[in-house]
Amino acid sequence: MTTIRVDIVSAEAEIFHGDATMVIATGELGELGITPRHAPLITRLKPGHVDVVSVTGERQQFYVSGGILEVQPQVVTVLTDTAIRAADLDEAAAQRAKKEAEDALANRTDALEVSEAQAKLAQAMAQLQALERLRKNLKH
Amino acid sequence: MASGREIKTKIKSTQNMRKVTRALEMVSASKIRKAQDLMKASRPYARSMRKVIAHVAQASTDFKHPFLVERDNVARVAYIVVSTDRGLCGGLNSNMFRRLLPAIQEWQGKGVQVDVVAIGQKALQFFRRIKGINLAGSVTHLGERPKLEQLIGVIKVVLDAYSANGLDRVFLAYNDFVNTMTQKPTIDALLPLPLVAAELEAHQAAGESAYAGIKLEQAHDWDYIYEPDAQTVLEHVLGRYIESVVYQGVLENLASEHAARMVAMKSASDNANKVIDTLTLVYNKTRQAAITQEISEIVGGAAAV
Repeated sequence: MTTIRVDIVSAEAEIFHGDATMVIATGELGELGITPRHAPLITRLKPGHVDVVSVTGERQQFYVSGGILEVQPQVVTVLTDTAIRAADLDEAAAQRAKKEAEDALANRTDALEVSEAQAKLAQAMAQLQALERLRKNLKH
Repeated sequence: MASGREIKTKIKSTQNMRKVTRALEMVSASKIRKAQDLMKASRPYARSMRKVIAHVAQASTDFKHPFLVERDNVARVAYIVVSTDRGLCGGLNSNMFRRLLPAIQEWQGKGVQVDVVAIGQKALQFFRRIKGINLAGSVTHLGERPKLEQLIGVIKVVLDAYSANGLDRVFLAYNDFVNTMTQKPTIDALLPLPLVAAELEAHQAAGESAYAGIKLEQAHDWDYIYEPDAQTVLEHVLGRYIESVVYQGVLENLASEHAARMVAMKSASDNANKVIDTLTLVYNKTRQAAITQEISEIVGGAAAV
């Protein structure tokens, strides 16, 4: 039986790697069943599951929260997203990133930094004193 | 005798310090492994992505995505700077900032506006002090297992600005993890994407591991079936690709952080050892001197009687 190689990867991990007789996925325009020697195809995936049917007829199911499906005659690559992605969710994340930078600019001399510097100064002074004392004692 | 006790206290405190630096060293040593595993796990995604982009860019010549087009007039550039959240990692961050500053000043000398997007506490603290730089966005405290989702926001800020012609070049600065002893501050061009077939071959000829194993289907008489269409798919893929490149940079930087911290802490422990040795010597000498003095006093006293 001819098989097709399947790679399911996300940006954070390799999820599946192996041979299959058929791959079933939910593309943006509808359900896709991919068998060996399928024509090259590329599509976005809807959140849903990707089924991999192995040579023995076993069916493995993977849940994806969206992504990209690329089909070459011998290889199927599924590039999955690691989280549910939607335009407004992304927009909210962008706003957060901007706000964080603005906040950081607003309090240039925040209390944390001052106390950090003070602690360092105190430490350095204590060390200098200890050294001074040592030196004096050595002279006698 | 008082001086003897003082030296003793100093030795004790140095020993305590050595305990801390040793612990930090060992913690970092174990974390390097985990960071490296993360790095390896994220590679197949970026590799497949590069391949798809090269294919799509090659296949649909009638549509040129703005991310792939080089602009002649550069009025504003952005740097995405990846740094650590915590210190005690030697010169890791400062080395990179030292490399970045001349590059930024060169742009500013040409009258180009410079934006900075800070990833990590140290970059945020550094760049908010520098005049003439617009801090466009930031994200900090990514933790030991950074997630791609944490980076979506900052990347979108940059991509949106680029799409709206608000930015003409985007760079990514991070510490490349070469091995435990070496971390290389690296500045990569992110946008416009320099990824065309010729470029790919050049990278492969240079033996860069990130590009190894990508083979383009050279035949020109094929094209994908696009669902829904080439433009939508390409836009989607390019966005995801940029995200994965930045994510990879963050992971490289994380591994570099732990490696740098391990080395820094090791030399700190060594220095503590040296200090303890000299202090012990001094302590013994003063003790001996005190004893000698006491004996000579007793002898002198006995002779007087």
